[in-house]
Amino acid sequence: MKTITRFSLLVTWLIALGGAHAENIAVMGATIYTMAGAPLKDGVILLRDGKITALGPKASVKIPEGYRILQAAVVTPGLIDAHATVGLSGLLNQAQDQDMLEKSSAVQPELRALDAYNAKDPLVRWVRSYGVTTVNTGHAPAALISGQTMIVKTFGRTADEDVINPAAMTAVTLGRNGLTNAEGGPAASKSPGNRSKAVAMLRAELIKAQEYAKKREAKDESKRPARDLKTETLLRALAGVQPLLITANRQQDIISALRLAQEFNLKIVLDGCADAPMVLAQIKASGFPVIVHPTMQRSYEDMENLSVETAGKLQAAGIPIALQSSYEAYVPKTRVVLFEAAVAAAHGLGFEAALASITSGAAQLLGIADRTGSLVVGKDADLALYDGDPFEYTSHCTGTIVGGIVFADGAH
Amino acid sequence: MLNRPLLCLAALLGLTASVNAQEKPQVFTGAQIIPISGAPIARGVLVVAGGKIIAVGAADKIAIPADAEIHDVTGKVLMPGLVDSHSHIGSGSGGDGSGPIQPETRVLDSLDARDASIQKARAGGITTVNVMPGSGHLISGQTLYLKLREARTVDDLLIKLPDGTNAGGLKMANGTNSMRGANGFPGTRAKSAALVRAEYIKAQEYRDKIKRANGDAEKLPPRDLALEKMSEVLAGQRIVQNHTHRHDDILTVLRLAQEFGFKVVLHHVSEGWRVAPEIAAAQAPCSVIMIDSPGGKLETKDADWRTPAILEQAGVLVGFHTDDPICDSRRFLRSAALAVRAGMTRQGALAAVTIANAKILGLDARVGSLEPGKDADFIVLSADPLSVYAHIEQTWVEGTKVFDLSRPADHLYAVGGAGAGDSRRAQLCCFTSAGDLIANANNGGEQ
Repeated sequence: MKTITRFSLLVTWLIALGGAHAENIAVMGATIYTMAGAPLKDGVILLRDGKITALGPKASVKIPEGYRILQAAVVTPGLIDAHATVGLSGLLNQAQDQDMLEKSSAVQPELRALDAYNAKDPLVRWVRSYGVTTVNTGHAPAALISGQTMIVKTFGRTADEDVINPAAMTAVTLGRNGLTNAEGGPAASKSPGNRSKAVAMLRAELIKAQEYAKKREAKDESKRPARDLKTETLLRALAGVQPLLITANRQQDIISALRLAQEFNLKIVLDGCADAPMVLAQIKASGFPVIVHPTMQRSYEDMENLSVETAGKLQAAGIPIALQSSYEAYVPKTRVVLFEAAVAAAHGLGFEAALASITSGAAQLLGIADRTGSLVVGKDADLALYDGDPFEYTSHCTGTIVGGIVFADGAH
Repeated sequence: MLNRPLLCLAALLGLTASVNAQEKPQVFTGAQIIPISGAPIARGVLVVAGGKIIAVGAADKIAIPADAEIHDVTGKVLMPGLVDSHSHIGSGSGGDGSGPIQPETRVLDSLDARDASIQKARAGGITTVNVMPGSGHLISGQTLYLKLREARTVDDLLIKLPDGTNAGGLKMANGTNSMRGANGFPGTRAKSAALVRAEYIKAQEYRDKIKRANGDAEKLPPRDLALEKMSEVLAGQRIVQNHTHRHDDILTVLRLAQEFGFKVVLHHVSEGWRVAPEIAAAQAPCSVIMIDSPGGKLETKDADWRTPAILEQAGVLVGFHTDDPICDSRRFLRSAALAVRAGMTRQGALAAVTIANAKILGLDARVGSLEPGKDADFIVLSADPLSVYAHIEQTWVEGTKVFDLSRPADHLYAVGGAGAGDSRRAQLCCFTSAGDLIANANNGGEQ
């Protein structure tokens, strides 16, 4: 018995190792949603060295000798989860695998996702098994500034090998979840105890960062301030290179986020936005994109007004959106963005826009559209294969390809 | 804008419609009917009257009563109202923090019949539901089986058994949730089982004392609310609904059920796939939860969507539950669809949200399938029940429509949005809100 288990473990390990390189692959799809133009019927995609090298109708693409051939009813770009905590909030939900929230202080922008991401957590493999190839993951929306996010491919190797943007965004939470008396919030910190204090604290931090930037320009080197990780992170937000990801669900919190952005000329990304239908015009006028709450998230407290139709309403208003799995404190320990998009598709968003919200649209929002999110020659070989409509509950993901590496953990 | 004659007219229309719903036979034509008790009928007819199903079958085989009100539901799918064997809608409660064994507590004494979660369950097509106390106790109280009729109070929702008592089970739990390690709560699994065994032995003695007293008031033991209910369990009159995740905890439940001879249903059953033959041998039904990912608590780290298929193949009676708010009542059919994705038969999965759950609650003589004589509980869907694109358009309980997606107030509860967390503004007859009346009058009254 023991020998068999050991042997099968060894085999699994060898297969895992053997598969861990980009192959030359021809993917044949009855329907290929390239997300860059109309869907392709009976098409072929060639993958080499982790990139898409050719794509077109079966008749026009010659499959070179020696290519591994994969077939699927439906092929989509690898899915992108625009906001998650996988890799930081582990499957077991025990102290040793929960790194999405440091409770010692309410304001900790210096915390990097890269220093906590566990590429081997089973939940990374779990989301990958449904077609997810890229995740914007990091610190949870559960403190005023909980830390940073990173954009990572779901290879499951190491954080450093898999990362594509180590400092993507900085997570800010307005509303009840960002307060110290919120359940699971940073108990060690007395403030913010209410909404006004939260915004006052954010403004003070941003002003401090502006002052720091000025002082850093001082001609006399001795007068320049010492390096400060916290302020450096906020400076990147002020410079527009690492935007604030502001989770705001109540309409007054959404408006506060917009007010803050205007005062400091910030580029922000709105997150959650359960009350968005009440302030559509303001969001639209701001030009900021929204990473909409998971459609199946539970509706209580700040999320009380959430709706499965919100994504569709934002899309109809011309506001750029993406969907997300967000953070779950209990069960399910992670949501799967494919399922969240499916429910949105059935409630006003429609198939193509729902698919865009977890592929091309998400890539644009995250600033990674030059390499993933659509099936175009030269982009990363990130693909998801399905045996039917990807959104149907009874379809299966039959394979996920990340950077040319095939992960087929069975029909999921 | 708001004029009195219009309001009166609307009230009259509403009242008339609801009275008609009770008296005239209602006939539903044109839909694909999935009766569960038999093969799907491509273009079926359903006849209901007096809150019961009168006839169901193919269009050419069913006589339509002359005075019937006809509902043309061509192109829709019609199936039995869903039965949820484990839910927490209505903000009910059971035992408190004072101790691990509190069978005397009743959900009955805590349920808010107007809680938004109840209307959301109607929007999800749920017509019969087992509302349970939580799982933080070894024995946390008496559960309540409800019909989701339009309701002002909990009394409007109750299911009365032939002896006049309210239908319900007894909630038990093992594993870590009840292992609080203080206040008399167990700290280990062995202690958990020992405490439960001791309680059942007490109940046996209580039962025997009553039997020996043979009606002699002098010899009767003092009434004990807890042991009374435990005695019902021992007599097989009350089913134990037992929260359990790990395979060893599942086996412990089966061991205790065998020792004391009680009827038990296993709930959640995250590791059921590991002990399917044992569950089948014990003939214990399972009410399985389908969660979007494993983990979140240690006991569910090996939860697997293949569990329903594996149990089904082993011959176990399988139902699903929402555990609302863990899973949303409005997505209950999704559990069945995900089980099919993971290998369960379509037939088994549809049964698992209807007749299997009816059996799990001991209510299969009344609900769970479309058969003459059963309660007229059914739903009308826009498409196949296992499709993500299907919308539940109507929910009927005992011949009365309790949810209609085309009514703005109901639509709100179905999809969410501002106000969907508020208590139900009940709509029928005597407690319709002014706003609904106006909308109703503008639409020409109820269909």
